[in-house]
Amino acid sequence: MKSAVIVFPGSNREGDVVRALRLAGSDVQKVWHAETELPKGTDLVVLPGGFSYGDYLRCGAIAGRATVMDAVRTHAARGGLVLGICNGFQILCESGLLPGILMRNANLKFICHRQFLRVERNDTAFTKAYAQGQAIDVCVAHGEGNYTADEDTLRRLEGEGLVAFRYSDSHGHVTPDANRNGSMNSIAGIYSTQLNVLGMMPHPENLVEDLVGGTDGRGLFESLVSAKAA
Amino acid sequence: MIRNDVAITPELVKEHGLKPDEYDRFVKLIGRTPTLTELGIVSAMWNEHCSYKSSRIHLRGLPTQAPWVIQGPGENAGVIDIGDGLACIFKMESHNHPSFIEPYQGAATGVGGILRDVFTMGARPIASLNFLRFGEPDHPKTPHLVSGVVAGIGGYGNSFGVPTVGGSVGFHPRYNGNILVNAMAVGLARTDEIFYAKATGIGNPIVYLGSKTGRDGIHGATMASAEFDESSEEKRPTVQVGDPFAEKLLLEACLELMKSGAVIAIQDMGAAGLTSSAVEMGAKGNLGIELDLDKVPCREEGMTAYEMMLSESQERMLMVLKPGMEEQAEAIFHKWGLDFAIIGKTTDTLRFVIKHEGEVKADLPIKELGDEAPLYDRPWVESPKQPVIEPSGVKAPMTEAEALLKLVGSPDQCSKRWVWEQYDHLILGNTVQTPGGDAAIVRVEAGPKGLALTTDVTPRYCEADPFEGGKQAVAEAWRNITAVGGLPLAITDNLNFASPERPESMGEFVGCLKGIGEACRILDFPVVSGNVSLYNETNGQGILPTPAIGGVGLLDDVTVNASVAFKRDEDAVILIGATQGWLGQSIYLRDVCGREEGAPPPVDLVHEKRNGDFVRQLIRSGQVDTVHDCSDGGLALALAEMAMAGDIGAMITAYPENLPLHAFLFGEDQGRYVIAVDMDTAADILYEAGAIGVPAVTIGVTGGSSLILPGEQAISVKELKAAHESWLPDYMAGKA
Repeated sequence: MKSAVIVFPGSNREGDVVRALRLAGSDVQKVWHAETELPKGTDLVVLPGGFSYGDYLRCGAIAGRATVMDAVRTHAARGGLVLGICNGFQILCESGLLPGILMRNANLKFICHRQFLRVERNDTAFTKAYAQGQAIDVCVAHGEGNYTADEDTLRRLEGEGLVAFRYSDSHGHVTPDANRNGSMNSIAGIYSTQLNVLGMMPHPENLVEDLVGGTDGRGLFESLVSAKAA
Repeated sequence: MIRNDVAITPELVKEHGLKPDEYDRFVKLIGRTPTLTELGIVSAMWNEHCSYKSSRIHLRGLPTQAPWVIQGPGENAGVIDIGDGLACIFKMESHNHPSFIEPYQGAATGVGGILRDVFTMGARPIASLNFLRFGEPDHPKTPHLVSGVVAGIGGYGNSFGVPTVGGSVGFHPRYNGNILVNAMAVGLARTDEIFYAKATGIGNPIVYLGSKTGRDGIHGATMASAEFDESSEEKRPTVQVGDPFAEKLLLEACLELMKSGAVIAIQDMGAAGLTSSAVEMGAKGNLGIELDLDKVPCREEGMTAYEMMLSESQERMLMVLKPGMEEQAEAIFHKWGLDFAIIGKTTDTLRFVIKHEGEVKADLPIKELGDEAPLYDRPWVESPKQPVIEPSGVKAPMTEAEALLKLVGSPDQCSKRWVWEQYDHLILGNTVQTPGGDAAIVRVEAGPKGLALTTDVTPRYCEADPFEGGKQAVAEAWRNITAVGGLPLAITDNLNFASPERPESMGEFVGCLKGIGEACRILDFPVVSGNVSLYNETNGQGILPTPAIGGVGLLDDVTVNASVAFKRDEDAVILIGATQGWLGQSIYLRDVCGREEGAPPPVDLVHEKRNGDFVRQLIRSGQVDTVHDCSDGGLALALAEMAMAGDIGAMITAYPENLPLHAFLFGEDQGRYVIAVDMDTAADILYEAGAIGVPAVTIGVTGGSSLILPGEQAISVKELKAAHESWLPDYMAGKA
């Protein structure tokens, strides 16, 4: 599977996701935000974590309008896979590829901690390696992770099964305590209507090695690689 | 706007922080009355923060060399060889005074400044740590300062993209008027790709890189060289304002530039901005520097030469460029959206010449600006010795279990999770041990090596006996690294003290340095970089002497390490090192008995080395994976921390008959570790220890859900954790 990781000025977790993709067997290239085209044969576009453009204006607002995003939108429209992590999720919302917005955490502070997520559905290109309802142990690191959308959008997301992950406890129970940033419906990640675009706040790419905390994040990348191998 | 040729009055000199005799020295040096710009330049170069005039003489005694030291103090940061062609570059620096005035920006720019010191040498930063001290919790300013400083450190480091993996936070009334914010940065570079500040070559272009220059931070360094008083609020404009996004761009652009071969010399613009960076680059290379300020990118209109030379606008570097590479270099900076301007050249005149709007605004001898800075051997008096507190002389006011529960939830000993969860400690995916343990561990690139990192010092020990306290600071950093399996290699020191003009505090400085030097020598743990912050006092009341030590150690195989958490039931709990029950200056004596007194626990450096080398070898051989060193709160607190971290209790049954129980449990004897290991291996370990004379005794066994102290005093791990985790969030909740 060929992955293209977009790098904006201020992106800072591209190295982490490159590592996770390579570990899963993907062939990875970094692509500068000013490019007008993606590398030939790109299967998966990744928008990594960071503080693109210093979070100026709104998180992801400027990156969402970067030159390369036209190519990303075309790729997505054609059914190509797109993964936005943390700032990447913010950029997807700002670029119109996903609905809603990520607001400031409920406690108004940046938070970095281990976090369980419930896998809402395991029939997408991103989650086949997980079980339905499985609680995976990953982490979060963000100041603006509070997923917010209007009532209609929320209804549609829930109704069409477009919620990918929710903040949960280790048993997969979606409790208020497990939702530390205040996201509506404890939403940690969502899909586009065609299920080919995933935006998520947590960082699976930081949990792919036991040495640094665990490997529950691997499933996401392995799913993607085998989806494209099929 | 003040004219460059304004009359230099005694008031003007005083406002610039210069004493009359220092000014006279300068006039004599240049042979005439200075211009205003020249007065500004010398006020920056000769203030305490930049010239180290009160400390230089004493710093000379520190050991700075070892076979693995590539660069000791004197450059932007220290450099050590960690093998396989890799170097670790690190330093710690203070931003105390700015952080008290404006906590968010003061702390943020402290982090920014130290990151630049590391990447200006070609090292990509891979970890950040800090050392913070605040006033007493009840002081009205404390919550605001804690909130702002932590937010500032996180705000800068998280955005820049470096994991903040360790630190130290404490509270004490002596920091009420002067908080401490020391920031440490650690980076990696190839040993043959390290960049220095020394300018070479005559007529080479001097290039300004990074963000535009504004009016922020003018006289910041001079402000850091003076005490506070009631008018400190007015000093707000002297605090610099940081932009971590600009710094991230600057990092990437600089590293790209360095790879291109265009950089001859490079220095970041920190304290005293353009002035100190330009003077140091020229002086180090025995070259003159000529600058044309018309070329300096400004973001304010009408800036004078004086303002441009003293601005402490952040995220800027100064470099000497290889002639012929201008276009290539500029293209890199434009790609990253940063300013690139050729603002001068190196000369052979050994003069520092500043031109602006067609006039020469300053023309000074470049070497003498540094070499002829005042050098003081200030009078000092040795701190009076404190009486040794005998264990029998301390009555236990409550049971040991009650005391432990109280300490575990006290401001200094409580969990600092509220702090470090605001720091991204996972970015870069190499954090093997996260905050909360004895030392942080980060993997070096893809491995197999790792670095063990810590910051520590015990200020109350330093106040009671500067020499012993200085030794202990280094010994504890050494122990922290050893306890996770690291081989301690070198330190950076951030020496925070009160006014050097008072013989008592000067004596504390001298005493601590002697202790630090002694410990560095015996432990083979040299000083490769550091920072001195003096004048940490308000209205004559100074801080506790606080020489913070930032330690770096190496793990040859990062997967072979130890951590504090109990991991299994039925492990033997072994105490390594001798216990006399030393309660003087202990946390127990202070927080349980209400007495801040006594001589601090002495440090026997030979025993420290022997005990620590033994423990490290146990870890490296794979025999032991659970280790905690004993420090504040002694054995009992160490046991509680191990139980809480692992969610496993322990039953402690063995204790010496000849000591009061509270002295055994809470004494802060040095050179000790607690290990937990299966019974069979325990027997081997006791035998090995005996053979080389390391005191080692089994004191109990792990298991259950309570920590049971002798006398069947049981405290549930749940209760310990509740007390431990709740103090700080509760304290900040009402007031954050």
